[in-house]
Amino acid sequence: MRLITVAGSPSVGKTSVILRAAEILHRDGLAVGIAKFDSLSTGDDALYEQRGFPVVTGLAGALCPDHYFVSNIEDCLAWGQRRGLDVLISESAGLCNRCSPHIDGIYALCVVDALAGVHTPRKIGPMLRLADLVVITKGDIVSQVEREVFAYQVRLANPGARALFCNGITGQGADEVARALRNAPVVPELEGRHLRFPMPAAVCPYCVGETAIGETHQRGNVKKMRFRDLESGVNP
Amino acid sequence: MSGALERTPLHLLLDRHPCVGDFLGALGLDAGDGQRPLGDWLRHLPDEELFDAGMAREQMLAHIQRLIGEVEDMARASRPLRSLTLLGGRDKSGQAENVELEVRAGEVVCIVGPTGSGKSRLLADIECLAQGDTPTGRRILLDGQPPGDERRYAPDRKLVAQLSQNMNFVVDLSVRDFITLHARCRMVADVEGMAEQVIACANGLTGEKFSPEVSVTQLSGGQTRALMIADAALLSASPVVLIDEIENAGVDRKRALRLLSGGDKIVLISTHDPLLALRGDRRLVIRNGGIAEVITTGDGERDNLERLETLDGLLMDVRDRLRRGLRIEDRLEWPH
Ligand SMILES: Nc1nc2c(ncn2[C@@H]2O[C@H](COP(=O)(O)OP(=O)(O)OP(=O)(O)O)[C@@H](O)[C@H]2O)c(=O)[nH]1
Ligand SMILES: [Mg+2]
Ligand SMILES: [Zn+2]
Repeated sequence: MRLITVAGSPSVGKTSVILRAAEILHRDGLAVGIAKFDSLSTGDDALYEQRGFPVVTGLAGALCPDHYFVSNIEDCLAWGQRRGLDVLISESAGLCNRCSPHIDGIYALCVVDALAGVHTPRKIGPMLRLADLVVITKGDIVSQVEREVFAYQVRLANPGARALFCNGITGQGADEVARALRNAPVVPELEGRHLRFPMPAAVCPYCVGETAIGETHQRGNVKKMRFRDLESGVNP
Repeated sequence: MSGALERTPLHLLLDRHPCVGDFLGALGLDAGDGQRPLGDWLRHLPDEELFDAGMAREQMLAHIQRLIGEVEDMARASRPLRSLTLLGGRDKSGQAENVELEVRAGEVVCIVGPTGSGKSRLLADIECLAQGDTPTGRRILLDGQPPGDERRYAPDRKLVAQLSQNMNFVVDLSVRDFITLHARCRMVADVEGMAEQVIACANGLTGEKFSPEVSVTQLSGGQTRALMIADAALLSASPVVLIDEIENAGVDRKRALRLLSGGDKIVLISTHDPLLALRGDRRLVIRNGGIAEVITTGDGERDNLERLETLDGLLMDVRDRLRRGLRIEDRLEWPH
């Protein structure tokens, strides 16, 4: 079975792109299934099921969906194997632009949205910078110039990756995405593999339920902002 | 090579490759005085800063190396395209299209046919450089050869610029800053000069002039179209321009086409507009999803085009007078 991790900020068009590509793979006789990770709720499972693709959903609740992803992806892989899938696609929305579900040796796809503006690619972390393929959606509603500038910025943000435009609604460009998925490496198991980059450290009291504000409650991994005007010798 | 890169002092690197400075800036890293070689500088970066930036040392080194290579690659002038060839596939009923159409640089080909007949599919086939892998089975050749993967997969060096009808600006920049941004990505020598030229050209295409200071989001439909056409002709990397209709709202279509074909572009326009359709060197008739006929614009058609243009000029003039608040009482002279 092939495994592909698909990441991207909320609502960029991940499900749309996955559906368009999965339909092509299905037409070619491959069994495609999806593992969807989200935080509180999702309607994506219904969208996948509606088109006949088996789906498992994991809701992270109070955890970061990407952290939750790492602890559960092995079980999803086993689920896909039990279902006899040829291709398993995981969909997750990083919430902080800093977590990333991409794993060494597993084909990694990042979806970005041309509507987000030309400066967005440089702000996205490892999820974009360490992906193998970057898919740009919603190019249909921005000008040709913005498409060119956006693609250029993506290229600077991840010079190693291939990048392409895909319209999540019409499916224009989905053929290329499907081709890339078809050639993703086969993954028998995940034990012993590593994330491409560690997730942010998140062990401060607020991670574990603290709600009170104030210096005395801030213990553990606490990081403070710097104010230049408070540093000695600097005028405000 | 990566060894040499590691030994290069950071300030030299930043000097030669501004993209490296942009990259480090985006990560919030401070280059310091830049005297240290890159490798040394990386080794001295606190782990915490690297962790915040979201990249490990080797990843960052590899990234910088690829970045420099890629930018150099982009700056290299791409080989001009002399021709695009379309090899027919099949229509919606599976009938073969008996077409082998070669379009040369500087040529304008129009696409005509009823709504829903398959004009957009044809544009899409060209846009993705179809290789028999789309529902129509069409194939596209560049200079007589099938395109390699690197041509199909590099979106910022895409062969095809597509000017569609329903497009918006997301950035809120002045026209000058916007075109300058594009010129910088295209790595042209004189960025400011080029931006001025594109804006002047766009103003030559539209009756409603605009200032370089106005925000792109405030442009009218006609002004937007004019700007995108001028940009596609002068600044876009793409040798092929696909246009989905040029509505006559304030764009001089004759000059627009002359500008595009003068820039040695291969121009394909899907249109219902007789003034555009007859201005093409040839036109493709689409029926039932397939190319039913290829018509070369005839001498009689060119004469008729001239008469239609006189008529159109008359209409434009009336429109302009109305806009200026004038009355249209005098009897209009029709061309004969
Ligand atoms: N115009 C346009 N709309 C798109 C495109 N791709 C997706 N959309 C729309 O964008 C919206 C969000 O798309 P989804 O595919 O649900 O996005 P997502 O990333 O899966 O969202 P979450 O899973 O909720 O994070 C939907 O309304 C889509 O129809 C595109 O290429 N063009
Ligand atoms: Mg989704
Ligand atoms: Zn997170």
